[in-house]
Amino acid sequence: MTNQLDQLYQQVILDHARSAHGRGLAVGDENARSAQGESHQVNPTCGDEVTLRVALSGADDGAATVERVTWEGQGCSISQASLSVLTDLVTGRSADEAEQLGETFRALMASRGQGLDESLEDELGDATAFTGVSQFPARIKCALLGWAALRDALAKAGAASATSAPQTQDLPKEDA
Amino acid sequence: MTTTSAAQGAPAHPGARLTDAELAAVRADFPLLGRTVRGGRPLVYLDSGATSQKPDPVLDAEQDFYLQRNAAVHRGAHHLAEEATEAFEQARADVAAFVGADEGELVWTSGATAAINLVAYALGNATAGRGGDAAKRFRLAPGDEIVVTEAEHHANLVPWQELAARTGAVLRWLGVDDSGRVRVDQAADVVTERTRVLAFTHASNVTGAVTPVAPLVARAREVGALTVLDACQSVPHLPVDLHALGVDFAAFSGHKMLGPTGVGALYGRRELLEALPPFLTGGSMVEVVTMAETTYAPPPQRFEAGTQPVAQAVALGAAAQYLGELGMDAVAAHDHELARELLKISELPGVRVLGPTEPGAVGERLAIVSFVVDGVHAHDVGQVLDAAGIAVRVGHHCAQPLHRRFGVAATARASASVYTTVDEVAAFREALAGVRAFFGAEGA
Repeated sequence: MTNQLDQLYQQVILDHARSAHGRGLAVGDENARSAQGESHQVNPTCGDEVTLRVALSGADDGAATVERVTWEGQGCSISQASLSVLTDLVTGRSADEAEQLGETFRALMASRGQGLDESLEDELGDATAFTGVSQFPARIKCALLGWAALRDALAKAGAASATSAPQTQDLPKEDA
Repeated sequence: MTTTSAAQGAPAHPGARLTDAELAAVRADFPLLGRTVRGGRPLVYLDSGATSQKPDPVLDAEQDFYLQRNAAVHRGAHHLAEEATEAFEQARADVAAFVGADEGELVWTSGATAAINLVAYALGNATAGRGGDAAKRFRLAPGDEIVVTEAEHHANLVPWQELAARTGAVLRWLGVDDSGRVRVDQAADVVTERTRVLAFTHASNVTGAVTPVAPLVARAREVGALTVLDACQSVPHLPVDLHALGVDFAAFSGHKMLGPTGVGALYGRRELLEALPPFLTGGSMVEVVTMAETTYAPPPQRFEAGTQPVAQAVALGAAAQYLGELGMDAVAAHDHELARELLKISELPGVRVLGPTEPGAVGERLAIVSFVVDGVHAHDVGQVLDAAGIAVRVGHHCAQPLHRRFGVAATARASASVYTTVDEVAAFREALAGVRAFFGAEGA
């Protein structure tokens, strides 16, 4: 197999795809101090889909803590691995930090295989393994499926932050 | 303008497949097939079901029109306009003859999707009272039924859902059996006196299964329903004689049959087109226009509002000629051989084909083979094949209900055309055999 293919399917990605973290929607996580948000996203070109839930605690704004991310979905190894890495990355962070990680990951996907500054890549941890995906325009949507669900779920949980949401105009807003 | 092509002067040999020399000559007509992909690998193009490549005579015909004869057709009396109109109408005659129709029965459209929508919207317009008494036969009422099949491409499903929603008609469908064939046996129950339209695919773009047209046309005639045939996949691969098939309408696209994008055709039986009100209205499709009202041109012009894709239609005429000169019996025999070769993938561990696979099915299906690989998503299958230079389609191929029928969200699909070789299919099988190992899915 070619070098480019190995760059796309890094071992980290294959490992996450095989045993994904966060798979299986959490139920009954309804304690009074926890805000929930859920999002269903579909990739219409291939039929891949995911339902993702976040549970937040603490503050009722962007400072809230992401207590738990769970999801159920079907899709290719890129989309499933991306969801798994995302779960590890944002759990325990603030909603604002999770949003910022999403922005950084979207920047990585727009980098055409060039990657990002070292400091930004350090923040992304395992997610930098997706750099190779950014060389394949048809697969970028696969890697972004879970992150789109996360952004939407955070907004629905009421954790949309005023400080870090420049691209959220396409999100459904539920607050009346 | 070129030149000699493989199709020109090819001996007629009904039933015989293309010889190796003929196939080599065909491939030489397709410049794109000579390129490499993904770092110098020879291209193995197995996505002809999505769109075919184009031979020199087609490319030349389109360019030649622009270089020598470009003018507005059916208006203006100057020399160029005459030549352009003649080329445009000759292409109509050539394409019509290629599918066993009269030239007055062939309406240019932008493609098959537009052709099917044309029928659906014209029926809707008749329902709204347009077309006068002649069009009364097309009116739909609440409680009437439109029947499709579970095998349809979205282009032959969604327009009928919409027509049903606009008219109060009820949408029903024939199922698909486990082998991927349309359940023709259900027609006796599903197609009834209430059925006004029976729309079905001639050959599935997913399973490759060819639908037996005769029993469905017979049932539709018994109950007085119109038949609409999606012939997108059959016309490039099989001899198709629409008069002999007896359908009322048929749609096909140019770009799947070696022609350009942006052009396709609607076939309609003459008496039906004459009675049908127009869909798109405007220039070129009129007789007399006053400020208050308009009378319409006879078909096919009645259905060709605005400037048509003239150069593309001329090139589609060249594509029909190219295929006709190869001989559609030979093209079909070649397709059957490729189907047999493609179906060998069902012997690979973990590979499941959606569609007829038994040895006797080769004559009842096209060389369009969709499949799933246990433990590996279709996207990932396609990516590994792509790295070997092999182009296949991945996804639901615009047929979500059919994929749902088989319990899968996506498949990979290998589809062949006249220029596909047995060696290419062998390269595909070899690359596919390594996919599960790459993802560690063996034994999964």
